[in-house]
Amino acid sequence: MMWEILEKAAKENGLVTAFAVVGLVMLVSGVISRKLTFGRVQGSAIAILIGLALAYVGGKMSSGSKGLTDLALFSGVGLMGGNMLRDFAIVATAFEVHAEEAKNAGWVGTIALLLGTVLPFIVGVIVAWCWGYRDAVSLTTIGAGAITYIVGPVTGGAIGATSDVMALSIATGVIKAILVMVSTPVAAKFLRLKTPRSAMVFGGLAGTVSGVSAGLAATDRKLVPYGALVATFHTGLGCLLGPSLLFFIVRALT
Amino acid sequence: MIIYGTALLAVCHLLGIIIGDLLGRALGMTTNVGGVGIAMLLLIFARIYLHKSGHLCSTSESGVHYWGAIYIPVVVAMAMQQNVVAALKGGPVALIAAVGSVIVCGLFVSFINRMEPETTAQEEPE
Repeated sequence: MMWEILEKAAKENGLVTAFAVVGLVMLVSGVISRKLTFGRVQGSAIAILIGLALAYVGGKMSSGSKGLTDLALFSGVGLMGGNMLRDFAIVATAFEVHAEEAKNAGWVGTIALLLGTVLPFIVGVIVAWCWGYRDAVSLTTIGAGAITYIVGPVTGGAIGATSDVMALSIATGVIKAILVMVSTPVAAKFLRLKTPRSAMVFGGLAGTVSGVSAGLAATDRKLVPYGALVATFHTGLGCLLGPSLLFFIVRALT
Repeated sequence: MIIYGTALLAVCHLLGIIIGDLLGRALGMTTNVGGVGIAMLLLIFARIYLHKSGHLCSTSESGVHYWGAIYIPVVVAMAMQQNVVAALKGGPVALIAAVGSVIVCGLFVSFINRMEPETTAQEEPE
């Protein structure tokens, strides 16, 4: 009886249930981040991994194609994580970008940003090609995922990629973010991360804001704002170039 | 009013998507071309303009900030509804693409930072 009432409440208040479920996942990942990784891997990256794991469980249980949202209890997650709210929230992050500060990054930051967008994209496309993907939409989506886990789904959504390719694209971006977080302190000497300028170059090339800020925090706290400043432009640039210029180039080549 | 900020965000979002769609049509395709990126640029410019003219109070701003802060949870919700079962059948593409791009970018960071003049590089000895 109790279960019936609970299920009915969750179904009829889908979006509200989603807020509660996602909040719980964020809470758990925050604890994992602090207790198990000592802050090395940021809570947000762990939360996304848990999300992907739940999508796997949901997909197995329902044998559907929409992960956890195929279970009626969690159908509201589909609205919260759907294209509309996702794009809305990502556009909102641009509000925190200060154009005046962007000038301080200078030409080094700009070049690093462009390289940081194009290079991972090329690597992603080549790897996807080697694994048998031949259509321009899938290649572009996986390549965009190698830029950041945000650029991947935004690009895939705009050009109409299938859900399994989107999942691959997100996974690529998340793994990249975690790799950046964990390997930055280890590779700091090789990367020559000593000055604000070097942190900007790093921020532009490494991309993911969560990866860059966590990696730099573990290397030298003073460098965080410089790296993060450049990295914040990464998602915007990727979302601009991914479904446009980069897609056209891939389409022309395939 | 907090809704002013959210409405500004909504207008920028819609305009960006519309321009992206028009751009797509102009280029002879059915997809949206850079709509989200265009919307972000519109919001940045709208913020600069409204700040200069003093039409943006902090209450209105919080109507945008809330949505900016909610984006990681939204991405987590998005991750929950992906077809991960099918993606895993695709093999280790994600892992290899991620490792490859990190290595390539790391080499470039190292290369560019080695070109930095020694005088500035020595400011902060280890």
